[in-house]
Amino acid sequence: MRQYAIKRIGLFIPTVLLVTVIVFVVMRLIPGDPALAILSADDAAYTEDELRLLRIELGTDRPLVVQYIDWVSGLVRGDFGTSFWWGGPVMDRLGERIPVTIELAVLGIGLAVVCAVPLGVLSAIKPDSPIDYLSRVFTLVGISIPTFFSGILLTLILIRSFGWLPPLGYADIWEDPWANVKQLMLPALALGFYDMAFIARVTRSSMMEILREDYMRTARAKGLAERLVLSRHGLKNAVLPILTISGWQFGRLFGGTVIIEKIFLIPGVGQLLIDAVYQRDFPTIQAVIVIVALSIVVINLLVDLLYGWLDPRIRYA
Amino acid sequence: MTTTSTGQPAAGATAAELQDIRPKQSVSKKLLNFCRAKPLGAISAAIIIITILAAIAAPVITPYDPFDLVHEPFLPMSSSAWLGSDELGRDVLSRVIYGARVSMYVGLASVLIGITIGTVIGIVSAYVGGIIDLTIQRIVDALMAFPAIIMALGLTAALGSSVNNIVAALVVILLPGAIRVIRAQVLSIKELDYTLAAQAIGARPWRIMLRHILPNVAASYIVLSTITLGLAIIIEASLTFLGVGVSADIPTWGGMLTEGAQKYIRTAWWLAVFPGMAISIVVFSINFLGDALRDTLDPRLRGR
Repeated sequence: MRQYAIKRIGLFIPTVLLVTVIVFVVMRLIPGDPALAILSADDAAYTEDELRLLRIELGTDRPLVVQYIDWVSGLVRGDFGTSFWWGGPVMDRLGERIPVTIELAVLGIGLAVVCAVPLGVLSAIKPDSPIDYLSRVFTLVGISIPTFFSGILLTLILIRSFGWLPPLGYADIWEDPWANVKQLMLPALALGFYDMAFIARVTRSSMMEILREDYMRTARAKGLAERLVLSRHGLKNAVLPILTISGWQFGRLFGGTVIIEKIFLIPGVGQLLIDAVYQRDFPTIQAVIVIVALSIVVINLLVDLLYGWLDPRIRYA
Repeated sequence: MTTTSTGQPAAGATAAELQDIRPKQSVSKKLLNFCRAKPLGAISAAIIIITILAAIAAPVITPYDPFDLVHEPFLPMSSSAWLGSDELGRDVLSRVIYGARVSMYVGLASVLIGITIGTVIGIVSAYVGGIIDLTIQRIVDALMAFPAIIMALGLTAALGSSVNNIVAALVVILLPGAIRVIRAQVLSIKELDYTLAAQAIGARPWRIMLRHILPNVAASYIVLSTITLGLAIIIEASLTFLGVGVSADIPTWGGMLTEGAQKYIRTAWWLAVFPGMAISIVVFSINFLGDALRDTLDPRLRGR
């Protein structure tokens, strides 16, 4: 296990560095000069001196390598730079937004797993039955509907059939937990819809593979009740790929939150990113993207380590 | 089957005769077999082809000009306006047909460029191996860490959001997945006897990659392209939904859906639902066709 962990962490470090390089390079693709963009934003007149001063203030007058090293060393210290838009540290606003998005993502993946696993198992133990067919169509529909359309459809159905819509906006979980959950339930469902379909597909195929294993026949042959055969011998072994996929999907979910937060007006990291894109606030864009990507790299590392710990075959592969 | 052989080749048959015992199928026969084995896949393919044709022939087949104010505003579905009219009185059906143009152009262009480049890099990476492979794989790992929509937002924020910049952003997003799938395939093809035989008779690496490996990843290429086409179309629409996609002057599915959903969802539901259905049906067909093609062409890709 230790060797496997070392190997896996050895792959993790270059990935982290490359992620920061990619973000940095993408953000330097911007045509033109951020200082110029800020000064000419509201068509205000400016002098050459002002432009030069702002460049020095933003640090864009220095060589790229210096800017990169400066930025990365800031990241390590938790300093994500100064917002072009409102002049304060990016971290201040980001810090408020991160818990909101994490809560949304956890609820989303939780709902997805809770619904998808039973669906996938049912579908696998009765292949080609009506319920299997239904669940396969459902999963295919689920991965085909864009997140924003499923969000809109959900609200539409609620308005049309119940004349009710949960209040948009966001209540702090510590101040009003009930209102908070009520508000996040629907967005979380819309967010997790795609992953629900995806996880159900994986559960079905992994469960079907396991049902063909010899030990399943043995378990049945020794007279174990079917319920126990399925839960103790079947699902227990099928859980590994489901776990891995859910872990990966959890990371992917941060992409979906951007759209869901916009539909449901939730003040999370995604809203911050969209606003920053409109405002051309590049330090904030850069900070959000790098944080999301690094959290995904870390989640993938944890999933891999957990997988290696649970399944010895992985360690020696 | 239209095979010319009448059974086992006679002893002492020439090499030319031996080659003939492979069952030969004409393209139309293959298509017919596909339709018979995968009827839903065939229907999906038809839907996609019709959508592409409709996108090309939009000026001819639309009942009205998509920019003209031909109806009363907010007309529900009726015989003169099949899918109703929007807030200005423009014909929703005509706009949905025109919307296929951007979706299909962006989707097809980015998939064609992205998967082709990804296939080339994947083949080279796996075949050459060593430090080149290691470097490429680390970059792929890093690129995989960015959720598609976040990468797309970052790239369009930096590049600007013209149609071609969106295609460029999508190419970057589709590349790592394609490289990874193709590389994994080539790694196993590389060890197969025919590759080793080609090496043994002294074929040059580029010849082996081109003549022996490339034809054997062709099936994966087709399947990958189909599956990622749906993703590309969804990301393009999502970008427009987030307000950083194609300009609002051009009718697009994402743009119409956004307008309809944000302003008129309570009063005129059809403004959001029809473009949303257009996206969903097309992407659904693409995914269905992708599944069917994968089962038919390349069972090794199953479960990916």
